[in-house]
Amino acid sequence: MPKMKMEDYLIEKKLPFFWCAGCGDGIVLSSILKSFANLGYDRKNTVVVTGIGCWGKADDYINTHTFHGTHGRALAFATGIKLANPKLNVIVLMGDGDGATIGGNHLIHAARRNVDITAILVNNFNYGMTGGQYSGTTPEESYTITSRYGHIEPSFDLCNLVEAAGAPYVARGSVYHVVQLQKFIEEGLQKKGFSFIEVISTCPTHFGRLNGMKKAPDIMRWIKDNSVSIAAAEKLSPEELEKKFVLGKFADRDIPDYSTKYQAIIDKCTAKAAKGGVTIER
Amino acid sequence: MKGSNKVRFMQGNEAMAEGAFAAGARFYAGYPITPSSEIAEISARRLPQLGGVYVQMEDELGSMAAIIGASAAGKKSFTATSGPGFSLMQENLGVAVMAEVPCVIINVQRSGPSTGLATKPAQGDFMQSRWGTHGDHGIIVISPSTVEDCYYLMIKAFNFSEKYRTPVVFLADEIIGHLQERVVINDIDPEDIVTRELPSCDPEDYKPFEIGESGIAPLAYYGSEYIVRLTSSTHDESGYSNSKPENADKFIRHYTDKIEKNKKDITIVRKYNLEDADYAIITFGCTTRSALEAVEILKAEGKKVGILQLVTLWPFADDEVLEVCNQVKGVVVPELNLGQLIREVERVNKKNIPIVGVNKVNSLSIHPNEIIDKIREVEKCQR
Ligand SMILES: Cc1ncc(C[n+]2csc(CCOP(=O)(O)OP(=O)(O)O)c2C)c(N)n1
Ligand code: SF4
Repeated sequence: MPKMKMEDYLIEKKLPFFWCAGCGDGIVLSSILKSFANLGYDRKNTVVVTGIGCWGKADDYINTHTFHGTHGRALAFATGIKLANPKLNVIVLMGDGDGATIGGNHLIHAARRNVDITAILVNNFNYGMTGGQYSGTTPEESYTITSRYGHIEPSFDLCNLVEAAGAPYVARGSVYHVVQLQKFIEEGLQKKGFSFIEVISTCPTHFGRLNGMKKAPDIMRWIKDNSVSIAAAEKLSPEELEKKFVLGKFADRDIPDYSTKYQAIIDKCTAKAAKGGVTIER
Repeated sequence: MKGSNKVRFMQGNEAMAEGAFAAGARFYAGYPITPSSEIAEISARRLPQLGGVYVQMEDELGSMAAIIGASAAGKKSFTATSGPGFSLMQENLGVAVMAEVPCVIINVQRSGPSTGLATKPAQGDFMQSRWGTHGDHGIIVISPSTVEDCYYLMIKAFNFSEKYRTPVVFLADEIIGHLQERVVINDIDPEDIVTRELPSCDPEDYKPFEIGESGIAPLAYYGSEYIVRLTSSTHDESGYSNSKPENADKFIRHYTDKIEKNKKDITIVRKYNLEDADYAIITFGCTTRSALEAVEILKAEGKKVGILQLVTLWPFADDEVLEVCNQVKGVVVPELNLGQLIREVERVNKKNIPIVGVNKVNSLSIHPNEIIDKIREVEKCQR
């Protein structure tokens, strides 16, 4: 296999990106494509599945098989793809609105079912695409176009949620900590079973603007200043942790994935059938 | 069809599942709901025996999504649902239209709206099956009236789906789904099984939405040599999103045209006693059975009444319905809804003849006498 480069997976004729200046989406995309290159992914054996949102447009730039589905359902499309052909590398890209709000049910069930896919959720704390409304991850007391008096709903800790749902690999990175982010993505891609990587990201156009961080560097600084490692977080009180982003790996465990278990059932059934134990009625 | 016949006593739902397997279906995703659940139960047991996959999803949105994904990855795929579940599938059914991914959706109709008279028979989804997902599109809808139909028409449903790269709705109803009947199962000639056209061009030149000679774009599958880009967004030939008006116009028209232009191939109707009929009953699904009874009784009285049964509900059999309207003095349309099929019959009819419905939504099936009464009413209009 010749050594692959990030550009091998990028559709250059589609550049420049549709995303705003200072949007974190481009950073995450380049981490993913570099990871594909480092792992020598075969484009023809790889399917990228996206949802709907600014981040959901990433497939426009990716030179593998792609499926651009409906808002919130990317994991369900991906489940069908992976179960139909377990040999494929299946990567799912979702926003926080997409993957954790409208699609929250699919997220917990995909984690529980342990389908061997890698889900990369870009959390910019709002619905960028539709103008900056609040999502299930918008921090309490922050401002969005639909929480003008301060948001009163608590937000999800997605890594906690997905870990509790049973995913073998769960990590949180950020667009500021790109080296760590890429490591998580590469580990997630290599992990057999459901891998979930949450990426703390920027939407200067909406979330930043309404929260006093109009310029991209302001919002990057906010992420940098408020990020703590899991080890450092253990020393902080719950109050101190409230507005922090805890970055690191929350789960890395071996659990048999769905397709492996299902194949065992197929093997058992077809072996029985061959011996005449099961009548395959026609 | 050739080879050995096997006589079996089967339930409609079972015959639908077995018909799907005979058609080559090897992937089922669904969410249980009466009166369709037997299809899930049988698929869960049978698919691993055939090397296929059954997965029970968290809801019907997910089920519809999963069968589209699996089909794109190369497995003929289907789901089964009813009432509320069919409503939940509508958004992603549109994805199958837009991305042109073959799949079959069984809807064993039950009474609505909403949870309704849960699990009781109805035919209230006639229009929903055509127009349920938003936006202009074409779709194929097939409706069985016997258990044998459940088996053989299911094979046709998959064949149409593969041939025209389209979702096909198999619109059954509780009566047919739960009916037990004798079925003769023939070996299926492999030539009677259609599988989607694969590309034969150089992989570098492949465009997943480039309409080929057949009028349909060849569809490669994920994992093949051909890079496949599928999308729910308006797109160009290559599958890149494209919002240019002329591009949108071309593709949105294509979704309707590819079905309408092939109406001759897709339309299946059955005619009973129509040759010299004075009156006609136009039916689909379970009401066909009541109509057949009614016609026998009327025949004994010397009355000439025939039946036009629509097996293909959509695209609508305009020509066949028009021909019948032109021939007879009156038409009766029995349906377990408040008048959905009758609107189409009225639309097609050009003559000044009475067209009257027999409509029931109280969970009970239509008795032949109710049809006979209407025929007598229509007769009176003539005097
Ligand atoms: C069923 C449905 N509801 C609503 C929408 C409108 N919509 C499109 S994108 C989006 C939110 C996207 O937010 P997120 O997933 O966080 O992604 P981002 O744009 O921030 O990257 C919404 C509500 C839709 N496309 N489909
Ligand atoms: S609106 Fe926000 S999320 Fe969307 S591209 Fe702009 S910065 Fe990125």
